[in-house]
Amino acid sequence: MPTVAPLDLEGHVVSTHFLGDIPFFATASGTVHRLDGGEKVTEAHQGLLTCIRDPFSATLLSGGEDGKVLRIGHDGTTTLLAEVPRKWISVIAGGPQNAVAYAVGKSSFVRQGDGSVKEFTEERSVEGIAFASKGLRIAAARYNGVSLHWVGTNAPAADLDWKGAHTGVTFSPDGRFLVTMMQENALHGWKLDGKSGENRHMRMTGYPAKVKSLSWSVKGKWLASSGAPAAIVWPFSSKDGPMGKAPMELGTRANIMVTQVAFHPAEEVLAIGFIDGMILGVRIADEKEALLRRPGKGAITGMSWSASGKLLSFSSEAGDCGVIDISA
Amino acid sequence: MTDQTTEAQAAKPIPVTVLTGYLGAGKTTLLNRILSESHGKKYAVIVNEFGEIGIDNDLIVESDEEIYEMNNGCVCCTVRGDLIRVVEGLMRRPGRFDGIIVETTGLADPVPVAQTFFMDDDVRAKTELDAVVALVDAKHLPLRLKDSREAEDQIAFADVVLINKTDLVTPEELAVVEDVVRAINPTARIYKTSRSGVDLARVLDQGAFNLERALENDPHFLDHDDHVCGPDCDHDHHHHGHDHQHHDHDHTCGPDCGHDHHHHDHGHQHGHHDSMSPIHDITVKSISLRGGEMNPDRFFPWIQKITQTEGPNILRLKGIIAFAGDEERYVVQGVHMIVEGDHQRPWKDGEKRESRLVFIGRNLDFAKIEQSFIACQATAKTPA
Repeated sequence: MPTVAPLDLEGHVVSTHFLGDIPFFATASGTVHRLDGGEKVTEAHQGLLTCIRDPFSATLLSGGEDGKVLRIGHDGTTTLLAEVPRKWISVIAGGPQNAVAYAVGKSSFVRQGDGSVKEFTEERSVEGIAFASKGLRIAAARYNGVSLHWVGTNAPAADLDWKGAHTGVTFSPDGRFLVTMMQENALHGWKLDGKSGENRHMRMTGYPAKVKSLSWSVKGKWLASSGAPAAIVWPFSSKDGPMGKAPMELGTRANIMVTQVAFHPAEEVLAIGFIDGMILGVRIADEKEALLRRPGKGAITGMSWSASGKLLSFSSEAGDCGVIDISA
Repeated sequence: MTDQTTEAQAAKPIPVTVLTGYLGAGKTTLLNRILSESHGKKYAVIVNEFGEIGIDNDLIVESDEEIYEMNNGCVCCTVRGDLIRVVEGLMRRPGRFDGIIVETTGLADPVPVAQTFFMDDDVRAKTELDAVVALVDAKHLPLRLKDSREAEDQIAFADVVLINKTDLVTPEELAVVEDVVRAINPTARIYKTSRSGVDLARVLDQGAFNLERALENDPHFLDHDDHVCGPDCDHDHHHHGHDHQHHDHDHTCGPDCGHDHHHHDHGHQHGHHDSMSPIHDITVKSISLRGGEMNPDRFFPWIQKITQTEGPNILRLKGIIAFAGDEERYVVQGVHMIVEGDHQRPWKDGEKRESRLVFIGRNLDFAKIEQSFIACQATAKTPA
């Protein structure tokens, strides 16, 4: 079994991310801890709600109960990007050219690299935002579907409709697909490159619980998801995505729910975190499983691979976090 | 979700109080009291707008009411999407507060708020709906009932009703308002107040929504009503509800009250209503059923069927069921199509093994419900 370097923090830890080879851990109380030649702490928020890695830069983006949107650098320095008094910022996304999007009630705001801010309003609350990999375009998940906006134009939104509450959204790395998490125990997908009139919907159902974690494999061949007592992995390599295909079920455990999934940055290996704190590593090709961490004190809330792919950090609901060295 | 309980999950669920009531009924005054008085407890408060709350407290969260219909074909399966997110955030740091209070807007339907605490697995795992508290403006209730259905729904759905601003009405007007509230909701605990001056211990941490605890606190919880007597009823109307120790609420007999009836014909004494009575604007009605021991093979399919077919019309249902051959009392409760039940405690020696069930709703065919309920009795003849 690989070696685990534990990091015990106080209270609920919301997420963990690597910036290069430095692991960061964001606590619900608002501190951000990093292991950079010893533990270092940044007081980021009065109550932190979300902390993500900006996929377009080597920084973190966070939102809090204090209404602040912050960018956090690898050395722990924070830059205040936006502040909305008395509102909780729990939805945030990083885009190209230092753009950042965040949601407040029924609006998405996009702050561009030059500091200008553009607002996009919806009829219902924005529950999730994602940037497309190409072009400055955002997808806002809301009740009954997703709205797609080009940030640089004032053209009306392109609406992708599907009945129900959509609570999170992600583009496939190649931009051909868009997938949402729903309040119902399901994912919903749209094929974006289809010809008009073609059936573009993808229903991905059968989960016993809500899906809270999604991860694309390198090059977007697979989409892994939580929400079941196994990681549910949908095939996206063919032109129609997972339509008409059954997903793989990896790391199946009797009655113990998967809470987080994280694909390796270079190989088709999936880290699977469970509600009891256990972590498995599973190779897609042969479904071979390796135990990476024994059960702990609380549910796994986040996992992140280092740039080299040799280290996996994890965070937990009960504060028992750590870094797993899989090369050992 | 799973049988596994981790340390973080094993914590006691946080009680949630839902505060409903029309604009001007006194919700803000009550909230300010809860936030400022020294009662040794801290509350996180979820409001639609900060509005008049003059207290600076970082546990006040502003949240846009966002009603989500669940995509399962059931129109009454609605939840408050924004609450799911806010409660999830709050519950990551549960040490900060002892309870959560959700203030709804004046026109809000209380049902989606309550259903959120049953239908969302994450919310349900960490919190527990404690009580739905409705504030009623004694002066304006008659008018409210005429122009909206929400005012009635809020009362019908409540566990605790505060009739507020009593200083603005005459004793006669107050009596009418109380009759109306009692007619809409025979099981709620009613307090009469001015300036929301109720003892907070009567509002917070009640365990009122949880029928098991409500029954522990007040064994005659389901008795405060005008029941429609079934054929097996031998309900002693002479002593109805006047001698229990925990009976600490101001129950005044309404026009439909069963107190001190010497007969079973329920000639409801409507006489003292004048023609302006707001009772004529009431569309919510309740029925209290009473029967003997039930056959579970008949009762469960029956309650399933009735909540499936009549769910949209049922605001609340609560009951205690005696099953033939079962040594424990079974309590059942529901909101629209959601129905839950569990064994509560063993029947006591000498305790009458009877089944009682209260429905509060609209457009319900009470005669049919009663007939089919009685047919679930263990002694009932199986239909040929």
